[in-house]
Amino acid sequence: MTLTEEKTTDKRPAGLGVVGWLRWGWRVLTSMRTALILLFLLALASVPGSLFPQTGVDPGAVARYFENDPVKAEWLDRFWLFDVFTSPWFAAVYLLLFLSLVGCVLPRMGVHLKEIRRTPPPAPRNLTRLPHHADIGGDLASAEAYLRSKRWRVATGDGWVSAEKGHLRETGNLLFHIALLVLLVAVGAGGLFGYRGNVLVVEGDGFSNTVAAYDRYLPGSQVSPEDLQPFSFTLKDFQATYIGPGHEKQGQPLDYYAKLAVQDSPGAPEREFTLRVNEPLDVDGALTYLIGHGYAPTFRITGGDGKVAFEGAVPCLVNNTSTYESQCVIKVPDAAPEQLAFLGRFLPSTVPDGEEWLSVFPGAANPTVQIWPFKGDLGLDAGTPQSVYDLGAHKNLKPLGQMTASPKPLAVGESIDLPEGAGKIEYTGVKEWITLQTTYDPGRFPALIASGAAILGLLLSLQIRRRRVWVRVRDGGVTVGGLTRTEGGDFGEEFAELTEALEQHARPAEVKDVP
Amino acid sequence: MSPESLATLSDQLVLAAILLYLAGMIGYALELAFGRVAETVAERRLVAVGASHEEPEPAPEPPAAPAPWALQAGAIGTVAMWLGWAANLGATLTRGLATDRWPWGNMYEFVVAMLLAAVTVFLLLQLRYPVRFLGAFVGVVGAIGLGFAARVLYTQAGPVVPALDSYWVAIHVTAAVAASGLFIVGGVAAALFLIRGDGPSRLPARADLERVAHRVIVIAFPIWTFAVISGALWADKAWGRYWGWDPKEVWAFITWVAYAAYLHARATAGWKGKAAMIVSLIAFACLMFNLVGVNIFIGGLHSYADVSK
Ligand code: HEM
Repeated sequence: MTLTEEKTTDKRPAGLGVVGWLRWGWRVLTSMRTALILLFLLALASVPGSLFPQTGVDPGAVARYFENDPVKAEWLDRFWLFDVFTSPWFAAVYLLLFLSLVGCVLPRMGVHLKEIRRTPPPAPRNLTRLPHHADIGGDLASAEAYLRSKRWRVATGDGWVSAEKGHLRETGNLLFHIALLVLLVAVGAGGLFGYRGNVLVVEGDGFSNTVAAYDRYLPGSQVSPEDLQPFSFTLKDFQATYIGPGHEKQGQPLDYYAKLAVQDSPGAPEREFTLRVNEPLDVDGALTYLIGHGYAPTFRITGGDGKVAFEGAVPCLVNNTSTYESQCVIKVPDAAPEQLAFLGRFLPSTVPDGEEWLSVFPGAANPTVQIWPFKGDLGLDAGTPQSVYDLGAHKNLKPLGQMTASPKPLAVGESIDLPEGAGKIEYTGVKEWITLQTTYDPGRFPALIASGAAILGLLLSLQIRRRRVWVRVRDGGVTVGGLTRTEGGDFGEEFAELTEALEQHARPAEVKDVP
Repeated sequence: MSPESLATLSDQLVLAAILLYLAGMIGYALELAFGRVAETVAERRLVAVGASHEEPEPAPEPPAAPAPWALQAGAIGTVAMWLGWAANLGATLTRGLATDRWPWGNMYEFVVAMLLAAVTVFLLLQLRYPVRFLGAFVGVVGAIGLGFAARVLYTQAGPVVPALDSYWVAIHVTAAVAASGLFIVGGVAAALFLIRGDGPSRLPARADLERVAHRVIVIAFPIWTFAVISGALWADKAWGRYWGWDPKEVWAFITWVAYAAYLHARATAGWKGKAAMIVSLIAFACLMFNLVGVNIFIGGLHSYADVSK
């Protein structure tokens, strides 16, 4: 379909009062040109979302931005540039666009319904004036029969047949635009009624789907803690394999999976589930994904008083994803008489490198850990929140003994007696941890269906041509004329095929007439 | 054949395809320069009528006969393009056999496959429609693109990371490859449209260029839409959400909106012709930025490009 815009659209009403202005505003908003400008604005408004780190995508990167350049970050934040896609100005653009879309689609729906019910218009007097026309043998009746058999909408009159095809184009177009509206609503509803949580779990440990169990929990505004699906699981085992030496991509993961023992609800029987990338665990629409992994060496730490003050796994943050060299922080508030803390560097496949040690492979072929011990007041009672992955905030910690840049790494089973009789640390083994994300988004299916409808609508709207043909009697035969109302369409070929078919179809009738 | 020798063969076929595309370009360029003088004048008249320009029609130049050898050069160009296409196809197939997976798992393979798609589109188009005039430019894009892939993006044949080890590659990436191939042909036509002024020229007529561009974009746009949506479906399986404004997603969205703007521009009074072609080129630039810029400079979750930074 072609759209001819009236030149008067933008003329301002002179002295029409509030109603007139509103009407004028509505007309401008729903004009095709405004829609076009809003489309441009929408594209432009998205650009900063890819140039600056986004809170919703990578909050860590945003925090780093604030650390490195607080003044600039402050200014960027003032304009929501770290939250582009939830910012008021982004919302303004898409809400205007969708308002414009509604204003455009509703009237077009009305027009289209009328169009569908209307019969094709009578044939013009002179068909040879049309862009496509041909004189062929045959008669009106057989032409009409043929056109009807090919599912044209047909009207007839005195000496002419009129036929039309291609209303599906506009139907598809409307379907597409409505689907976009539904998609927006589905995405919005998913945000309100869904939630997302992240958690780190060490091998052997369990997780149950409650707000308190998450490290980070982001509920939609309409979600209450009781809405969470009450499933739980234990991480039995995690396995990863990597490309071995001799390949350019040595150390690239080949496969990893986590074995879970899942309980769908408190009383339910336990079931085994293998969690992989691309294969989330689905419990009543709450999906749990495997999104990261790393190492958690285990330690037994004894205080200066000879009592075991800590025993367990310490998840280490991965510094380098191609070697899995990781950084560990151990805080031991229970150590007596003085509290202890340790920095550690975990090397899954250790080799010496001059005075230093390196990891050369992500698999745990020779897992060692370098330890830097501290003692003093951890200040955990002060109530200020602290990261479990950082010792930087502790001003009252003193290094124990001589600090060296690269202490000799411990192998599993080895231990260090701490200087100044502060106690002992034993490196007892290696476990692995995984990070999980649980997502519940009730808008997923509606969004999927709307997307499918959008594609279907697009295909109809872009590939179907609206066209009309007329047939008029002429002595000894008929004239066929045709035109397409879709610009850019190549109707010539179809028209030629159609006239040929009409002629062919008419011929058997002629044969019958011969006795 | 062993995987290693298949991988080597694939690399050699890419080089062969580069040379053959260059040969095709030269053949087509000779035809364009010396083989279509009369045609140009006739087309010009048609365009002027269609666009209802008011300026007076300059007296048509006396039509010179096209040199027969130039037409032969064009035919040879077509043969070279088909051979280059076969080499390009072979390169992608052997890469797939060598790695035992779909051969578009990193940026190098993606670009090789995307150019294969672009040349396929051109060759199929010229079977049905008179669009040989695009050949020289598609040839040069194919050669430069493959050259860029081989020199800058090359990665050794090998397995992919677990997230990519999925049947979604066949759905999502194949759609993106196909749509990108079509958009490239549309981009070439639109660029020529702008390079060529309104006056007489050895380059093809503006109306023809615009028709080619529109035809391929209209086919590509639903495929692109499907590529974006299947990407969202995959993200829903792999990353725990179907849409998260990761840089690649942002630019796929921008590209989509920009091509939608092109389609709307054509339907809007006053935006037909040149303005619409400019919009389509902006959209094409977004597509290319998403491929090159986002993979190399921005990164994000979607950074499976495997390009050494
Ligand atoms: C998210 C925003 C929108 C997107 C992505 C979008 C996308 C599209 C696409 C892909 C087409 C097919 C183009 C064609 O048929 O030539 C189309 C057609 C159309 N759109 Fe939109 N659209 C949007 C908003 C709007 C708005 C707000 C309006 C009205 C003010 C509008 C009016 C139209 C009209 C009238 C057509 C038919 C044009 C024609 O085929 O002649 N669209 N749209």
